[in-house]
Amino acid sequence: MQRKMKMVRIYIMGKEYRVPEGLTIMKAMEYAGYRYIRGAGCRAGFCGACATVYRKEGDYKLYADLACQTTVEDGMYLVQLPFTPANKAIYDLEKIKADDKTLVNFYPEIARCVSCNTCTKACPQELDVMDYIQASLRGDIAKAAELSFDCIQCGLCALRCPAEIVHYHVAQLARRLYGKYLAPKAKHLEKRVKEIEEGKFDAELKKMMKKSIEELRKMYNARDIEPEEEMPTESD
Amino acid sequence: MQLANIQGEKMEIAYYPGCTLKTNAKEFEESTIEAFKKLGIELKELNKWYCCGTVYSLATDNLMYRLAAIRNLIKVKEEGYDKVVTLCSICYNTLKQANLMAQQDEEAMYKINSFMDEEPDYHGEVEVLHPLEILKGMEEKIKENVVKPLNKKYAVYYGCLLLRPKEVAIDEYENPSVMEKLVEMLGGSVVNFPFKNECCGAYNVVSDREAVVERCYRIVGNARKNGADAIVTSCPLCHFNLSEMQKEIKKTDFVGLPIYYFSQLMVEAFGGRKCKEK
Repeated sequence: MQRKMKMVRIYIMGKEYRVPEGLTIMKAMEYAGYRYIRGAGCRAGFCGACATVYRKEGDYKLYADLACQTTVEDGMYLVQLPFTPANKAIYDLEKIKADDKTLVNFYPEIARCVSCNTCTKACPQELDVMDYIQASLRGDIAKAAELSFDCIQCGLCALRCPAEIVHYHVAQLARRLYGKYLAPKAKHLEKRVKEIEEGKFDAELKKMMKKSIEELRKMYNARDIEPEEEMPTESD
Repeated sequence: MQLANIQGEKMEIAYYPGCTLKTNAKEFEESTIEAFKKLGIELKELNKWYCCGTVYSLATDNLMYRLAAIRNLIKVKEEGYDKVVTLCSICYNTLKQANLMAQQDEEAMYKINSFMDEEPDYHGEVEVLHPLEILKGMEEKIKENVVKPLNKKYAVYYGCLLLRPKEVAIDEYENPSVMEKLVEMLGGSVVNFPFKNECCGAYNVVSDREAVVERCYRIVGNARKNGADAIVTSCPLCHFNLSEMQKEIKKTDFVGLPIYYFSQLMVEAFGGRKCKEK
């Protein structure tokens, strides 16, 4: 016998719906009849397309999250935010320098941060958003890049900020500068690319291409698996 | 100042840098840390700190601008310290004034503590110090460390933010003498300098550069007329205005002076790196 589904009340843009308990906000909205044209992507918490804000009954807090990762609760007030208007600085990464003024020059509004921490509270990735903005302000590009590494650019920080900062764009510039100018170069990669270009592996590849699927399968199953290693850095 | 009693033993104190010490005033940070190490005081940079909020945070009618200063003081407490030292005059002034508010204004602190509901409540438990306050009681230790006494004449320049409002003054607010005493302990001589607590023009350098160039002309010119070889200061913004605006003075009778942080003189007298001759 089929178990009776428990239903919860939710309010989508003010209108009441009853949806099965346990659904994500995204699925609950689809259950209620909404169809996503924008504001849905990977449905697995990686792409950052489905930013959502909600309140709960009897709770003053405004919550921010990803609709595909958050389960509905009885009495939730919901709306989707499929897009964040946020200006992007224009730069040519080849032509700019990574110094302690670069980030504040491209995004001068970061100097308006009053350390209210609202951005951090809004981040569904639980990043220290305010901390990376503060690191950017003092010119610490490496720190800003490190702290923002898991950003999925959902835009909720920028929507909640009273200083109107566009955090995720600042962070992206920091990571680009870090990757291009500050991170130690991966020497082993350079070496391997050179070996490939010199044709070191060509003969072996050609040999493999002549083998049957059966033989390849056997080889695959018998392969050596390299132990995981620490990435070598410039100082090594 | 209880820190005077630490003669001989090592101590650690929380250090709040502020953004300028990491960008335009790196030499102020380096020299202060080095000089204090010689005196047995380790300045330990806080793991987490935020822009102090600069002059905006001094607006008494907007608590939002006070959040940064209070949050920094909470970090000091959270990291296990009861004192914090900060070098920049603006950071010092904003942190000190915010701390006074935390101690005195219950209503404001109720709002701030409620707003910052992710942080523990704060009521002014931390003591905010400027390095010059710490040095006040360390005469013996300072003299002990002098190996290359300074042999020049200095005009000592305080600017405004270490002295005003008087509730946060590091010394006698009308006629301070802490920096003069320090320079003399280091072997230098001090010239009479009536402009020592004049305003350098501060942030007006952004909106009215000419006005600040004019201030610089008067302040530096007066120091030279009084026989100084250099000006000693403790504020990164005064340092910037006095040294950078000199370059824009067009009057032909003007001859510039080098501007040093007091900590750079300490390092020099303690046998470390010599101050650059202009």
